Amino acid sequence: MDLATVAKEIKPADLLQMYYYVRLTRTLEDRITALYRQGRIMGGVYTSNGMEAISVGYASALERDDVIAPYHRDMGAFLLRGITPGEVFAQYLGKKTGPTRGKDGNVHLGDLKRGIIGFVSHLADNLPVATGAALAFKLRDESRVVVTNTGDGGTSRGDFHEALNFASVRKLPVVFFCNNNQYAYSTPLRYQMAIRDVVERAKAYAMPGEIVDGNDVAAVYLAAKRAIARARAGEGPTFIEAKTMRMHGHSEHDAAKYVPRELLEEWKKKDPILKAEQILTQLGYADEAKFREVQERAKKEVEAGLAFAEQSPLPEGPETLEGVFAEERDL
Amino acid sequence: MPTATAGKEVTYLEAISQALDEEMTRDERVFLMGEDIGTYGGAFKITEGFLDKYGEWRVLDTPLAESGFVGAGIGAAMMGMRPVVEMQFADFISCAFDQITEVAGTAYYRFRSQVPLVIRAPYGGGVHGGPFHSECPEGWFFHSPGLKIVVPATAYDAKGLLKAAIRDPNPVIYFEHKFLYRRIKEVLPVEDYTVPLGVAAVRREGTDISVITYGAMVYVALEAAEQLAKEGIDLEVVDLRSLIPLDKQTVFASVRKTSKAIVLHEDNKTGGVGAEIAALLAEECFDSLDGPIVRIAAPDTPIPFSAPLEEFYIPKTSDVVAAARKLAAY
Repeated sequence: MDLATVAKEIKPADLLQMYYYVRLTRTLEDRITALYRQGRIMGGVYTSNGMEAISVGYASALERDDVIAPYHRDMGAFLLRGITPGEVFAQYLGKKTGPTRGKDGNVHLGDLKRGIIGFVSHLADNLPVATGAALAFKLRDESRVVVTNTGDGGTSRGDFHEALNFASVRKLPVVFFCNNNQYAYSTPLRYQMAIRDVVERAKAYAMPGEIVDGNDVAAVYLAAKRAIARARAGEGPTFIEAKTMRMHGHSEHDAAKYVPRELLEEWKKKDPILKAEQILTQLGYADEAKFREVQERAKKEVEAGLAFAEQSPLPEGPETLEGVFAEERDL
Repeated sequence: MPTATAGKEVTYLEAISQALDEEMTRDERVFLMGEDIGTYGGAFKITEGFLDKYGEWRVLDTPLAESGFVGAGIGAAMMGMRPVVEMQFADFISCAFDQITEVAGTAYYRFRSQVPLVIRAPYGGGVHGGPFHSECPEGWFFHSPGLKIVVPATAYDAKGLLKAAIRDPNPVIYFEHKFLYRRIKEVLPVEDYTVPLGVAAVRREGTDISVITYGAMVYVALEAAEQLAKEGIDLEVVDLRSLIPLDKQTVFASVRKTSKAIVLHEDNKTGGVGAEIAALLAEECFDSLDGPIVRIAAPDTPIPFSAPLEEFYIPKTSDVVAAARKLAAY
């Protein structure tokens, strides 16, 4: 993203906040990864390492009443919607204080009060759901927007296509992000689709689509802002392909030996934290001292969160039976 | 569109239509989605006239994409709407299986999101629909936690259970039997009423054998009961009305009274609803039983098309009569 545009379109405080959340996301997920290696995490760990700018960028462009329907590499969006690092750790540790009270794990977070539709592991399932949430807003004539995200692999599923088609036919206020991180687990893009850019899929639905540098938080934010404004104005959905690279394995148990080292080296130079720091420095919004301060702040917040989660109780076995059905609410 | 009128007989199909109409009038959050439900009024004309009355956003014709529009129903329900989505035929619900079982069925358990969604599913055979327009897919969902399932057998229940399903905060699959659409009718109350989910009805009281059944098979059981009465075999017929929640108390009370049980359904036998009910009876009513629990169900084949094949496939009165005679003599 060219500096003049960033200077013109984004307030310094907003850009600094985005940088903070990119840093917080990285710090939090690095800590979770470290705990995983120490055997202190229940189950698998799925990070957005190297991709933090995408969910931070789009979530920064949302209004309070908007809704997200994320997938598993959207930690930054969870944090921006108000999920605390403590809740994230609690979720990873299977604690009662996690947003799902131990019923679901890791990044399977959801809380409608904070505008987060929880996701299931079946990728792209959340896209029709996002479309339906947008339909509700349209039916009630509310000025609210839904942003949803999935990976490159998720775009192969029927639900992806059914959602984009329906959203476009009815011009629903939803923005479809695709985190194109080059690999779906071990499957490279060339075995996932015959097209070069995922954004080409949008053409089939007469939907505006654009490619954005997924490692540039400012670029993602501005693209999301444009798409969200379109949706809010009743002009229908937009598809945004955020090009990025998954720097870790699919999950932390996966060493990702199938990814060429050179590719990782190349993308390392485009790290979203570095990129944000370059922009902030060049615009004169921040310096090394500020970056260190942000890092310290993020670290403190993360450690406080971990302490909270570690002190939190585990659920009791019989709680398994609670909450399968909702109680009558307006009979 | 049919409206509630005093003294007039209403078909099962009209009862469904009335329930939708009245709920849409009562609650503006209620809206309909499905294939060909607007301009065309639905494959069975249940929503005929709705488009003119409620407009294209509340009677929403969708693309041919069951997973997509069920998913959209889930999302709208999460945001506080009360969508009723229609499968043109219950057979096509398999396309939406993942959204129903994985997303709708787990949302409340996972993150306490209510999903007040109703999925209407016209099901069942006897209409020469062949393998893909005759299925009874309730067994798939019966096994899946977090979903409610209703299976009305009468026009009164068709209306009352649909209203209750729409007002329920959980996902409810409403299996409406196509064979019953225009074959049964009765006078319905003019005033608003619901039939609570999870309450079975004893359709015929008897002393010798309990027949536990639902849907179109209720009539097969009742016909068999009439025939057997002449031989001095007195059947009790329990119509489950809801499969989830299952009214175990009514079922157990009936079997404890008669000491013998036949479980009857149109779905195929293996792993079906009847298997679960038979197991429950074995666990809970063993001391009361005075004979083996008998299951009568369709064979484990796809549903055949040609009349003699379909007639062979669907359980019929003579099957119940034969099984009851044998069980009575046990």
